[in-house]
Amino acid sequence: MEEFAALVDALVYTRSRNGKLALIADYLRRTPDPDRGWALAALTEGLDFPAVKAGTIRALMHERVDPVLWTLSRDFVGDTAETASLLWPEPAEPPAPPPSVSETVELLRGMTRVSVTGELPRLLDRLDAAGRFALIKLATGAMRIGISARLAKVAFAQAFEVPVDEVEEYWHGLEPPYAPLFAWAAQGAPPPDTENLPLFRPFMLAHPLEAEELDLAEFAAEWKWDGIRVQLVRAGGESRVFSRSGDDISGSFPEIAEALAIPAVLDGELLVRGSHQGGAASFNALQQRLGRKAVSKKMLADYPAFVRLYDLLILEGEDLRPLPWEERRRRLEALMEHLPPGRFDLSRIVEAEDFAGLSILRDSARDDAIEGLMLKRRDSPYVAGRRTGLWYKWKRDPLLIDAVLMYAQRGSGRRSSFYSDYTFGCWDGDPDQGAELLPVGKAYFGFSDEELRWLDRYVRNHTVNRFGPVRETDRSLVFEVAFDSVHRSTRHKSGVAMRFPRISRIRTDKPAHEADRIETLRAMIRD
Amino acid sequence: MIADFAWIRPEPHGIHILPADSWIDPARPAERALVTHGHADHARGGHGATVATPETLAIMKLRYGTTDGARPVSYGESIDLAGGVRATFLPAGHVLGSAQILLEHAGDRVIVTGDYKRRPDPTCPPFEVTPCDIFVTEATFGLPVFHHPPIGEEIGKLLRRLAADPERCVLVGAYALGKAQRVIAELRAAGHHQPIYLHGAMERMCRLYQEFGVELGELRLVSDHRKEEMRGHVVICPPSALNDRWSRRLPDPVTAMASGWMRVRQRARQRNVELPLVISDHADWAELTRTIEEVDPAESWITHGREEALLRWCQLNQRRARALALVGYEDEDD
Repeated sequence: MEEFAALVDALVYTRSRNGKLALIADYLRRTPDPDRGWALAALTEGLDFPAVKAGTIRALMHERVDPVLWTLSRDFVGDTAETASLLWPEPAEPPAPPPSVSETVELLRGMTRVSVTGELPRLLDRLDAAGRFALIKLATGAMRIGISARLAKVAFAQAFEVPVDEVEEYWHGLEPPYAPLFAWAAQGAPPPDTENLPLFRPFMLAHPLEAEELDLAEFAAEWKWDGIRVQLVRAGGESRVFSRSGDDISGSFPEIAEALAIPAVLDGELLVRGSHQGGAASFNALQQRLGRKAVSKKMLADYPAFVRLYDLLILEGEDLRPLPWEERRRRLEALMEHLPPGRFDLSRIVEAEDFAGLSILRDSARDDAIEGLMLKRRDSPYVAGRRTGLWYKWKRDPLLIDAVLMYAQRGSGRRSSFYSDYTFGCWDGDPDQGAELLPVGKAYFGFSDEELRWLDRYVRNHTVNRFGPVRETDRSLVFEVAFDSVHRSTRHKSGVAMRFPRISRIRTDKPAHEADRIETLRAMIRD
Repeated sequence: MIADFAWIRPEPHGIHILPADSWIDPARPAERALVTHGHADHARGGHGATVATPETLAIMKLRYGTTDGARPVSYGESIDLAGGVRATFLPAGHVLGSAQILLEHAGDRVIVTGDYKRRPDPTCPPFEVTPCDIFVTEATFGLPVFHHPPIGEEIGKLLRRLAADPERCVLVGAYALGKAQRVIAELRAAGHHQPIYLHGAMERMCRLYQEFGVELGELRLVSDHRKEEMRGHVVICPPSALNDRWSRRLPDPVTAMASGWMRVRQRARQRNVELPLVISDHADWAELTRTIEEVDPAESWITHGREEALLRWCQLNQRRARALALVGYEDEDD
């Protein structure tokens, strides 16, 4: 565990991507099986130990530390695992030497909800503060140290000098500690057999378009639909729906999984039927279906889902990814008649004379189911990740409103101990006639580190009330808030909920009473 | 006994000694000020008269360029203020010249610590535990998560990192008054006798320490030397220069920071620190609580820092305490 803890700490403090890659690659090369496999799983997808949850850690700490001191500490540190690792009382004499990663995993697997209260403390006693941090992170399944699965795969590829695309491909079919993956990469064994498994293939992603014009002879345009990007896979007689992160969400959308009967891998946007352009509802409707493990008949009837297809990756065992986009598109169009039309349709190509014409189309698309445009190079192969020059996303300009800072809360992670989560409000009438501010949203990004330090100081110097980690400010600061859309909401007193709000500018030049009124925001609703 | 004396009052801008119409560490100009130590949030310029240790006055002169109204008081020395108040300056172990101020009036005893620590520091005499009725303590690291390891461990970490990559330098961000000189003195004590390179903002304060007899060995200014010469050496700069353009003149620096905040990973990350060194000139949680136990006052007043947690500890241990809401104290760089 010490080596793994040292790796975790080094990753926390290393800024550069190359530095992180080198650290992980080095660890993978010099660590034996199965420790390195477990470590890799812990760093990326996370391990699940049903007996150990964040609540378990809190309960253990409450037996050892005064609850008020625990809360104040947790609030300052911004991370439960780290707080617990720092507050854990050091035993006079460790009961045994530190365990290896695989011994740790074995012990954690063997724990039950009853035995955990005795066994986990014994394990924690064997480690120092850094080891305890790594253990708790590993045990509770959320590292959150900025290591994406992609980064770990690139590091794996570097460690053993194998192609990263192959690592991606094999990885998804395997369970930790990935013995066949290491056997293949480190010992030259044949690659794991994946052909007949319904596996996730890494998505191709787009760069934001930045103030340049593209030649429409080279690039085709489609709408960027405001649902969730999904990949549909059918292989070996089974169908799966994967989210952008590769999570299997077939359980939440059984009607989609059932509707795909042809062995294929498809890329598209999951949407819910509604009254908007092209028959899609706003994202708000789709949210009703997200994150549900079981779906009732009523949900299926009220919010029927369908997939608007963008691309075709694999068809009946043939890998189409190396082909140009135009060719894949042709094959996708030909496939459409074999797919049930109630569940699948085709994302249509947006035709324009030239780039200026396209710009007008984009600006006039005030449909809530449209986020903007996608521009795809006509000859682009389908490649994992963001490859420069192939695909661009061109989002609609955001909506803007001026709102007043009302409450600030300390953030977590990188922003811990800074007042970085801001609740802001709009006036419910004329502020000169005694109107009140009503909270309309909350944002915790959009500002620079320098602005954050300024805002933190502002909050501390303009506090009128404290409620635990929350400070109420004197309502003197105006934010220009950008957001993608606004919806009716019964959960908020203001009756509105913003989608994706962020601080676009700090308006120190604007007095609070000149901030926008809530009617302005309500007028932007397009449910 | 209720320790609430009518002659001394915490106010937002400092501690007011009413019969003497004097203030301790006032945050704005006062007619008469008693200053615990030279950090800018405690020692501000523009007072009519300033009572402080000779070292603190020298630091203030360096910073504000004036000695008008200066009244030096050495450690252990007392002076009589107006209204029957006597002030005695006692070592606080924080930085060069730092003092706790003991105030006595009609048999009442109040100590204002300013900032302090209990660890040995080669640059200043150690904190003296002194009995009193009211103990006004700092609480910069007043949370049980704060534990400053022995400084030898952290210096060892620095030296190992330096040796691991002789092509790079290790750039240590350290507060210009106190922390920088302590890190240098501790490096010397650990047997590191190579020249140490300084950011220009550190130079005068280091010279002042040397004038007061603190051995810092050979110091060089970064601006006088070529990049190549600094490979494999320690460079010290103020925390604000760590991620500044200034550091581009250094040979591929490993960014380190010497601060008690480095105990918390995200604090180090916020500073883009690669090598966190948990070195503080403030008392950690164990030192704060041990000090309250040893001083054993009738009441503790807790100021600038995480007052709530120390207040809670006092409650749990049946000790009278209150939190003061003083403004203007900064704790970001220690």
